[in-house]
Amino acid sequence: MSAKNWPLWEIFVRSKNGLEHRHCGSLHAADSDMALENARDVYTRRNEGVSIWVVESKHITASNPENNGELFEPAQDKVYRHPTFYDLPDEVKHM
Amino acid sequence: MSEEQIRSLEREFDAKIARDEKIEPKDWMPEKYRKTHIRQMSQHAHSEIVGMLPEGNWITRAPSLRRKVALLAKVQDEAGHGLYLYSATETLGISREEMYEQLHTGKAKYSSIFNYPTITWADMGAIGWLVDGAAIINQVPLCNTSYGPYARAMIRVCKEESFHQRQGFEIMMKLANGTPEQKEMAQDALNRWWWPSLMMLGPTDDVSVHTEQSMKWKLKRKSNDDLRQQFIDQTVPQADLIGLTVPDPDLKWNEERGSYDFGEIDWDEFWQVVKGHGPMNKERMKARVGAWERGEWVRDAAMAHAEKKQARKEKQVV
Repeated sequence: MSAKNWPLWEIFVRSKNGLEHRHCGSLHAADSDMALENARDVYTRRNEGVSIWVVESKHITASNPENNGELFEPAQDKVYRHPTFYDLPDEVKHM
Repeated sequence: MSEEQIRSLEREFDAKIARDEKIEPKDWMPEKYRKTHIRQMSQHAHSEIVGMLPEGNWITRAPSLRRKVALLAKVQDEAGHGLYLYSATETLGISREEMYEQLHTGKAKYSSIFNYPTITWADMGAIGWLVDGAAIINQVPLCNTSYGPYARAMIRVCKEESFHQRQGFEIMMKLANGTPEQKEMAQDALNRWWWPSLMMLGPTDDVSVHTEQSMKWKLKRKSNDDLRQQFIDQTVPQADLIGLTVPDPDLKWNEERGSYDFGEIDWDEFWQVVKGHGPMNKERMKARVGAWERGEWVRDAAMAHAEKKQARKEKQVV
């Protein structure tokens, strides 16, 4: 058994300039340099990326699905945040 | 949590899957769902990793540079597929070390097909064509499975897999159109890999124990027998096309069913191999465990180096 296991890293890849980095998976590596090198081999073997971010998984704080109600439901009844809530005469175009 | 509460959570969970919604790592899930997924996904990952060994056997002896780069890339893909699947499985709360431990001690299984030897170059063709062909049939429906990380990993895997099958078929085609000796080599490989490839799609429906629950969770979309029939119907015309004969005297087109009838599969052989008595089971585990143990000092050294670098960085900040 190894003295210490390599930590887990989350990998984010930008597929081309103009698009955001997207989470594509995770991998184990001893440090951030190795995580970048491994991410290149594991997640971009076929030109899937032009930029990679690696973040050690333990640094990510995720919301708990149990709290989804209080977090996300309040947005559901706020229809006035959408343009279709407002009635305008048909003569008004392009608004 | 009371039993009534759990039952209500389970009902909501089943309804979610029935609505085609995905389950994500932090969502509540029944313990059985978690366990079944850990088992199937880790076995899938192990199969990718062990699957590198029979083909790795031929990398240094590939007949041309073109064949060599293709085979290297294919084996590297398999390492990648294993890693996608291991990390997807880790989201269910099992560690990578635990999964390796299960593989190395024989507690976890991998696909029985990799316990057959690769004795000629034509086996590289047969594996790509038949084994990857059967794997694709198995994997495509999993792109829509209910567990999000598994479905996403499978989409990546399936995108990459079709090159594997095409390079295998090309090898077979070339040999089948070559000298009589080359054609014989191709036929011999088909003879040896045909039946194990059919077995690879799993036991027949009447004895398969997991099917019903797995269907509900979309871990399985079609039964083993349906997948097998699909594989046969699609592969037989490909063999005809390159002038090779499928080694089954009972194989016959059934006009009424619109499918091929085929002969009896030797399930005793399948269970023997699953239980560890195939021609290469011991060899595969020896190679895998050996690689893991010989790599230990490298893993430890990399970790020690990373810690040293980190300590140096922190000192500079102070």
